[in-house]
Amino acid sequence: MLTFVQQLLNGLTIGSFYAFVALGYSLVYAILKLINFAHGDLFGLGAYLGYTVFVYAFGVIGAKLGLWGLLAAGFVAAALGTAAAGLIIERVAYRPIYPIGRLPAVVSALGMAIFLSNFIMAVWGPRYLAYQESFIPTGFWEIGEFRIRVLQVLILVSSLVLLGILYFVVEKTTFGAAVRAVALDRETAALMGIDSLKVIRFAFAVGPALGAIAGVFVGMYYRQINFTMGWVYGLKAFTATILGGIGNIPGAMVGGIFLGLLEAFTAGYISAAWKDVFVFAALMLMLIFRPTGLLGEKVAEKV
Amino acid sequence: MLLEVDRISVAYGAVEALKNVSLSVSGAEIVAVLGANGAGKTTLLRAISGLVPLKSGAILFDGKKLHELPPHGIARLGVVHIPEGRRVFATLTVEENLNLGGYGCSKDEVKKAKDRVFQLFPILKERRKQLAGTLSGGEQQMLAIGRGLMRSPKLMLLDEPSLGLAPLLVDQVFATIVEINNQGVPILIVEQNARKALEIADHAHILEVGRLVLSGPARELAADERVRQAYLGGATYERRLRAKESRAH
Repeated sequence: MLTFVQQLLNGLTIGSFYAFVALGYSLVYAILKLINFAHGDLFGLGAYLGYTVFVYAFGVIGAKLGLWGLLAAGFVAAALGTAAAGLIIERVAYRPIYPIGRLPAVVSALGMAIFLSNFIMAVWGPRYLAYQESFIPTGFWEIGEFRIRVLQVLILVSSLVLLGILYFVVEKTTFGAAVRAVALDRETAALMGIDSLKVIRFAFAVGPALGAIAGVFVGMYYRQINFTMGWVYGLKAFTATILGGIGNIPGAMVGGIFLGLLEAFTAGYISAAWKDVFVFAALMLMLIFRPTGLLGEKVAEKV
Repeated sequence: MLLEVDRISVAYGAVEALKNVSLSVSGAEIVAVLGANGAGKTTLLRAISGLVPLKSGAILFDGKKLHELPPHGIARLGVVHIPEGRRVFATLTVEENLNLGGYGCSKDEVKKAKDRVFQLFPILKERRKQLAGTLSGGEQQMLAIGRGLMRSPKLMLLDEPSLGLAPLLVDQVFATIVEINNQGVPILIVEQNARKALEIADHAHILEVGRLVLSGPARELAADERVRQAYLGGATYERRLRAKESRAH
């Protein structure tokens, strides 16, 4: 029972990381049918931006703001900085190439991924950097034999809130309907007076911003970051995207949580060494038996 | 002159789809452009709403140069294009489709426009929570037209509204078009169904492989021997039309 609850909590936490990152893949894919392979490294960039704010702002404003103020500043800076990077990438790496075709754009995305991880290495160095305890909420509650960390609760609550907001915006507002319309039929959306470039920019700003928040959380949770983290998490989150159904926002969330739980329970009951085997086996099974993913695409076309 | 298409040419690669085409729409009239498949009718509307670039020529609307604006900018001027094949957003609800028709308008305007559309098409009100893709062909056409009305159009471009509809529905759609026009909306319609289009139009043009070959008041064109031969009269044409309609079902 103890293992179960502990792994459930771990799985949900890791799952929220994947869900955050998966959303970025899904948003861009829904609108451009492009897999933004640079997205994982944007997540990595977010972790480094957050780290930088924490380290350098700690002495300057840390005392004034207190831990929570500092955390807020770090998250906001990481999210804004990474959103800006996402917009720049869209402008320089995709917009000029996209009209040529989808394959060149994917190659450009891979190139951007390599560029970003090397950029991070060049700026912050190849060694692991430590998220220090001084800017991590370290408290925990003990309920009987269970130990619940404040950080875990923070991660779960903020993922619920942020993903809930995104879901509401995309599914319930007119702007969200415009996003879905551009995803379905960009030309007809333009005839409705919708500027598809704005929608594309929305995807390239919001996805990376959410990825950055996940990046900072990962840094806090594992206490260390490295320039290769974007690749690892990017790959896992991409798997989560496929599992949930690519191009589908609730699907990305469900896929992410599912993947997190699968990893945690494999690690808890079988062996941590086997978790990737199970993750990618799940991916293969999904691709064989239900290629549209858990939440598949709604099919209502009738012409 | 509300809309002035001035000697435009459009090319897809080496293929010229429109050659030196000029026409105009003024007041609250219905202007029809007739022609066979591939004559360039759809290209003409797509050029007006900015979906294809001009090779030469100019398009003026209310004195503004449309050919320099992006499609969404043209739509926001009140030039509403109801595309061929209806193109409703299949996985959005009927109501969301309508809301998007008024994208960028105030909440109040959208609500008022929606009430008007529901009055014109009560069936859309009944189905407003349904996904648009689950509507029948006729209902989708009503949705496409209703969506176009959401922005209080200053000019409506209609591309083959009768395509693939049963004859009874075709009559209904044309009656609706006349009703919209009676409320003061000028309409530029392209149709293969020449008979129907000439019935409701004030002015008409005949397009053949990218060129306007005949223009005039609709009544005169309907009486013109060449038009009757090529587009109205011939038993061949009627047979083709029937064959097309039965294929669509």
